[in-house]
Order: sequence, then C-alpha cells, then structure tokens
Amino acid sequence: MSSIKIRSKRKDGKTEIRTLIAHPMEHGRNRDPVTKELIPAHFIKTLIVRHNDKTVVTSHMAGSISKDPYFAFILNNGAAGDKIEINWVDNLGQTDSETHILK
Amino acid sequence: MPGNRRKFLKQACIISISSLSGTVGLLNSHDAFAEWLDDHFAPGKIDNTIERLYSGAKLVESDKIELKVPRIAENGAVVPVSVSSSLENVQSITLLADKNPVPLVATFILTPDMTPFVSARIKMAETSHVIAIVKTGDTLYMAQQQVKVTIGGCGG
Repeated sequence: MSSIKIRSKRKDGKTEIRTLIAHPMEHGRNRDPVTKELIPAHFIKTLIVRHNDKTVVTSHMAGSISKDPYFAFILNNGAAGDKIEINWVDNLGQTDSETHILK
Repeated sequence: MPGNRRKFLKQACIISISSLSGTVGLLNSHDAFAEWLDDHFAPGKIDNTIERLYSGAKLVESDKIELKVPRIAENGAVVPVSVSSSLENVQSITLLADKNPVPLVATFILTPDMTPFVSARIKMAETSHVIAIVKTGDTLYMAQQQVKVTIGGCGG
C-alpha cells in the first residue's frame, strides 16, 4: 500500500490538495527509550507535486517536519479528471509515489 | 602558422564555454533551492542558515504574509503552520524555526499555477519564533510569530 494519501477539494475554480504521508521523519538526534541508542536519521528530503505531469510544487525538507507529514497546497485551476501525482524521496534513497484523479 | 591558429581557436572556444557555464552556474546559485543542499539543512544558528540560503540579501518584514501558528503548542512534535500571502509573483515559501538545532524546516518552490499558500506540521524543539520567508522576484519578504512550546519536539 502506498505511504501517501491524497485528498482534493475543488472550489471556485481552485483545487485544494491535501496529503498525508506515513514516514518516521527521524532527524537522527533521538535515542531509543529502551536501548538508549541513537535512532538513525530517516527523513523525507524532497517532495514533488505534479498536475497532469507538470511539476507545480517542489519541496525540500529535513527532520523538522513532523512524523507522518501533512501538507496542503492550493492549485489555481484543476478540472474533473485531472491527474495529481505526489512523489517523495528520503535520505536513505527510498521513494514512493501516488496518483489521484480530481473529482 | 596554421597549427597555432587552430590551437588558439580551440583554446578560445574552451575559455568562452567555461566562462559561459560559469555565468550559468552563478544564475543557478541565485535560485538556491533547485536541489536539496546539506549546507541549507546544516545545524547551527538561524542567522547563519538565512545567510547561507539567501547570501545576505535583505529581508523585508511584510504584513502581506499571513503566518498562522498556534500561540501555545502543547506538543512541540506537531505544530500546525500555514502561510498564505497576497504578494504577487511568489516563487517560494520557506519555513524556519528559530531555536531548532536545524533551523531550516522546509522550502516550497511554487510555480505560477499555485496559490501562494502552504500548510504543514512542523517540530519545534523549544519556545521560539516560526519564520516564513516569501520570495517574489528579487525581493524577500518575511513574517514571524512566536510559538510557546510546553513539551519540546526533540524527544520522540
């Protein structure tokens, strides 16, 4: 199952895009409460939003984004049937993407 | 001698190409967010981070940026932040948290297809300011707001 959930709402010609991503977003300074060992850094570095295959948002981040990141953006246009694709890459090279069709 | 001329032309070509790519490199570095840079997300003081991000460009405080944060965050691990702006021609929105070990939280590069708005949930290590920097053309605008954190976001 994809780590990415996408929701959209069209209103007055604009489209609100909300996304929730399952990711630990560890910044590498936390310690395991039991073993007291440092938990290695594991965070999303880059998130890209595409509208009908055109990049509309490029975002760079690190461990200061909360665990299981939530983002919302507003697209100036958008019509039923348009494709929204969200894709992330983390510092370990893992990646995921999800496509959502506007209603 | 013909050989010399050929050599001269070849070198002139190399020089002009390298100076051209130098200029291109300079232009790219101006748009500093094209890629994820260790330098931007390095730990340290926020002033140094802003210096590295915008190479000393002036930040103008603006009331055309609406920065929505809670005044008191019970849990620093999840602080909802949203930024919107009535400024024209917004190219990027950057979020920083003053006293976080890594002050840069995230940058969002928005194309003209996007409304100047972004919402996210961020971690805050302790009570400090959240700063939003909006880049429009060559001008940098900023807004800041203090968030009182009762439980730090550093401990998992």
